[in-house]
Amino acid sequence: MTPELGQLALVLAFLLAIAQGVLPLVGAWRGNRALMAVARPAAAGQAVFVAMAFGILVYAFLHFDFSVQYVADNSNLALPWYYRIAAVWGAHEGSLLLWILILNLWTVALAALSHRLPEAFAARVIGVMGLIAIGFLAFILFTSDPFVRLLPMPADGGDLNPVLQDPGMTFHPPVLYMGYVGFSVAFAFSIAALLGGEVEQAWVRWARPWTNAAWGFLTLGIVAGSWWAYAELGWGGWWFWDPVENASFMPWLVGAALIHAQAITEKRGGLRAWTLLLSIFAFSLSLLGTFLVRSGVLTSVHAFASDPRRGVFILAFLTIVVGGSLLLYALRAPKVAGGKPFNVVSRETALLIGNLLLATASAMVLLGTLFPLIGDALHLGRISVGPPYFGLLFPLLMAPVVALLPLGPFLHWGKADGGVLKQVMLRAGIAAVACAIVAAFFVQGQLKAIVGVASAVWIAVGVLLYALKRWREMPRGRRYPAEMAGMLLAHLGVGVFVIGVLLSESLSVTHDVRLTPGQSESVAGYDFRFDGVHRTVGPNWHADQGVVTVLRDGATVATMRPQKRTYSHEQVQTESAVDAGVFRDLYVALGEPMDANDIEGAWALRLYYKPFVRWIWGGGLLMMLGGFVCAGDRRFRIKRIAAEAAAPVVAASPQESPA
Amino acid sequence: MKPRLPGLASRRSAPCARWFFGAAEAKSLRAQGALLHFVLLALLIFAGHAFAATGAIEPLPFKDHAQEVRFQNLTKQLRCMVCQNEDLADSNADLARDLRLEVFQLMQQGKTDAQIKQYLVDRYSDFVLYDPPLQPGTWLLWFGPLAILLAGGLVVAVTVRRRRIAAGANDGNMANTERAGTDPADAGDDW
Amino acid sequence: MKRFVPFIVFMALVGLFGFGIWWNTWHDARYVPSPLIDKPAPDFALPKLDAPEQNVTKASLLGKPYLLNVFGSWCVACAEEHPVLMSDGRRLGIVLVGYDYKDAPDDAKAWLRDRGNPYDLVIADQPGRTAIDFGVYGAPESFLIDAKGVIRYKHIGPLTPEVIAQELQPAIDAVKREAP
Repeated sequence: MTPELGQLALVLAFLLAIAQGVLPLVGAWRGNRALMAVARPAAAGQAVFVAMAFGILVYAFLHFDFSVQYVADNSNLALPWYYRIAAVWGAHEGSLLLWILILNLWTVALAALSHRLPEAFAARVIGVMGLIAIGFLAFILFTSDPFVRLLPMPADGGDLNPVLQDPGMTFHPPVLYMGYVGFSVAFAFSIAALLGGEVEQAWVRWARPWTNAAWGFLTLGIVAGSWWAYAELGWGGWWFWDPVENASFMPWLVGAALIHAQAITEKRGGLRAWTLLLSIFAFSLSLLGTFLVRSGVLTSVHAFASDPRRGVFILAFLTIVVGGSLLLYALRAPKVAGGKPFNVVSRETALLIGNLLLATASAMVLLGTLFPLIGDALHLGRISVGPPYFGLLFPLLMAPVVALLPLGPFLHWGKADGGVLKQVMLRAGIAAVACAIVAAFFVQGQLKAIVGVASAVWIAVGVLLYALKRWREMPRGRRYPAEMAGMLLAHLGVGVFVIGVLLSESLSVTHDVRLTPGQSESVAGYDFRFDGVHRTVGPNWHADQGVVTVLRDGATVATMRPQKRTYSHEQVQTESAVDAGVFRDLYVALGEPMDANDIEGAWALRLYYKPFVRWIWGGGLLMMLGGFVCAGDRRFRIKRIAAEAAAPVVAASPQESPA
Repeated sequence: MKPRLPGLASRRSAPCARWFFGAAEAKSLRAQGALLHFVLLALLIFAGHAFAATGAIEPLPFKDHAQEVRFQNLTKQLRCMVCQNEDLADSNADLARDLRLEVFQLMQQGKTDAQIKQYLVDRYSDFVLYDPPLQPGTWLLWFGPLAILLAGGLVVAVTVRRRRIAAGANDGNMANTERAGTDPADAGDDW
Repeated sequence: MKRFVPFIVFMALVGLFGFGIWWNTWHDARYVPSPLIDKPAPDFALPKLDAPEQNVTKASLLGKPYLLNVFGSWCVACAEEHPVLMSDGRRLGIVLVGYDYKDAPDDAKAWLRDRGNPYDLVIADQPGRTAIDFGVYGAPESFLIDAKGVIRYKHIGPLTPEVIAQELQPAIDAVKREAP
């Protein structure tokens, strides 16, 4: 298996991507069925070759082929096999390859599940996916080839960054990419709709499950990253508002807005232009995230500054894809607001407000992330924008969302019944206030914690009241369609997330201590007894491992083993010890020995007590589940009748501009 | 020509990744590899913080727990000048240690948070503040989101108003559409 | 026209990113301008490296402009800068004060012995406390301080022949013109 074959596979995939990106679009434009028919085989062929290239890289890693520069840089003989596989996406070139592979997975899934779509429309959608693939394959072939040889071949390789040598981190990038790239499907649908000048909004219904699934993956990817940061870094934090994190959060926010906008467009026909725009935004922000992270424009303390070619390439690609789509939008988006009318008090209005706030929050994150660059450009001096900024503005923007969330489902489309609404608000409000009062006794009057309990109860009671209403009013089997069940799960997830964030932020205790073996320190009613440090070894690291026994009222609660690892290339990495619980985490990180020559003496340790911190990820997982459940709704499966009815419309000449 | 980056204010082993891999310290044969490792950091969401993972854990003799909490909050709002992607609380750079100690001592002297921030700004500029001060140069930053919200709010208000007029116009058939959606799958279910 | 707004905003972003790429190719992202320029240098009292019992203060250096060069034997970039100071330092026509930062005195002495000593005077700041007052965050750093004790120019990073010719020498000339 020579790596050159991998390169060849990539070249072939590139050629097929060109076929997939150009011919079906031309075919759909000229009404040429033969050209349209190229779409699926080309997509499948491209996927086969990309998978082949990916497989060859995996093989090279598994067989220690250090004659490949990328392998030599990111693995060594001591690295266990599972981390050698993870090493494939351990650096720039390989993670790009993974990105393309995932793009191909989505395309193939789309090609397989779109047989009932109108022919021309499906051809356009797959064609647009092909255009995206062309860009990324060109990027990898021309600037970031993972198969470059290293001669003479070294006897052993470098090392995979120890940061990656953690189960959480091995799976975080692929899942995150599933989310990022998944938005390309909704994007391709909108572009196809714009190109074809769809009069119907049927395409929105077809796009919905894809959007929900992508958003679910993105949620999972972010949760995994956050959990990993918490467990691995020893700071007890779970979100840092770092530019790289923000890059993943912006598409998430827009994706959440898009999911709701699609619901309006699909069911009521309104907001067509806005839904188109959001689909473009969601994927554009995914691409933008890639650009920001890889061009080094923001995180650059150097990296790409040494190779501006990559930055320029992505910027050019971004300009073509995003600029082109927005121009297309400007020229062809439906000009007349369609859809059914609605009252001020209606579900449409509530969703619009929610959309506005989510979109504004995303814009705020973008502004805060880019502002240092704006500062440079306008000579305002070097400016830092960090957690205090985002941490102030984001909750302000999200507070109305939390307030509206439980009411949404009770609002009817078109015109809502104020009486029902008042009743819900009264019940949820009373429950929230009552719980807040009870909570106040337990949280030492911490306002943040009380607000957290109140908002979570407000959301949860609202969701449960709606579930109850459906249970009472609807016949069995019709009570909870998947789409609604998903919505309820995701909304409940928001409540769980809110309580997790606010309680853990306000009630956590952090304590840096110096302990000699046998000494104890009490944190939040738990006694942490330090039992000393000893040496231990792993497959490619050795470590100082501390033993900390946690006692409560004399009974052992947990034995924790925080480590300080040194990997084969002298990189040091801490492994925090976490004792997870539903209502609290105990967390110990090992610092430095007080005397570097005496590891059996006193050490600096950081002890944490973190109540409700799991609820943050629990809430995230519920949101993810909501996205997936929603995506599985039977209503979204394309009906042949609907497809045939829509076919003549799409086949119409694209020059025909919509009214 | 791009100026070379200054050396690290530390003589211990690499306190922060970004610096380490850029610095000439990557003197091993794997220098190129190290650079790629650096690139990797940029790819992963959370990895930017990774190298402080060796931990900035130092027990300081705080007067009481409240002071410890105040110290933790304050140092989280300050940027480390050496590892510029890290805050002062968590950076393992030598200078960050020195500055933490400085902050601690200023606290013991009874300085307020604002005074301590000013002390650092006088020496290192506003760049150390993660919370950029409100001044003409940062109006866009602080009021931009509000402007977007207001502009968006206006569009939403106009849309709602327009649609409501439309709703008033055919109030008659609204009840109809509401009860029975056009799609048979939704029939009788306002969902 | 309204529908062009997203496109226009995006193109503005593209402009910003283009600027970012261009800026980063010649600008050091870690560079933070010092707020101390044109402000009096902080007061200090530091021991001489080779005679720790003697203190050098800001007052004792007043009257003549000097270049304060922060270095350390542990600092890799300082070793790169060192030959430049050895060859061009004399030609600057100004007093060169070495500022040995967070260094063991013996290491620093050995370092200067092995490579040569370009400085007229070396002061040692082992704890690094005074360096905070100077806003030092990386080494090497060079401060041009005029006869009245005001910081007139600061360079972060190794001095190179280009930096000296384009920035440092003109700054020195200006300082010397006003205080001969």
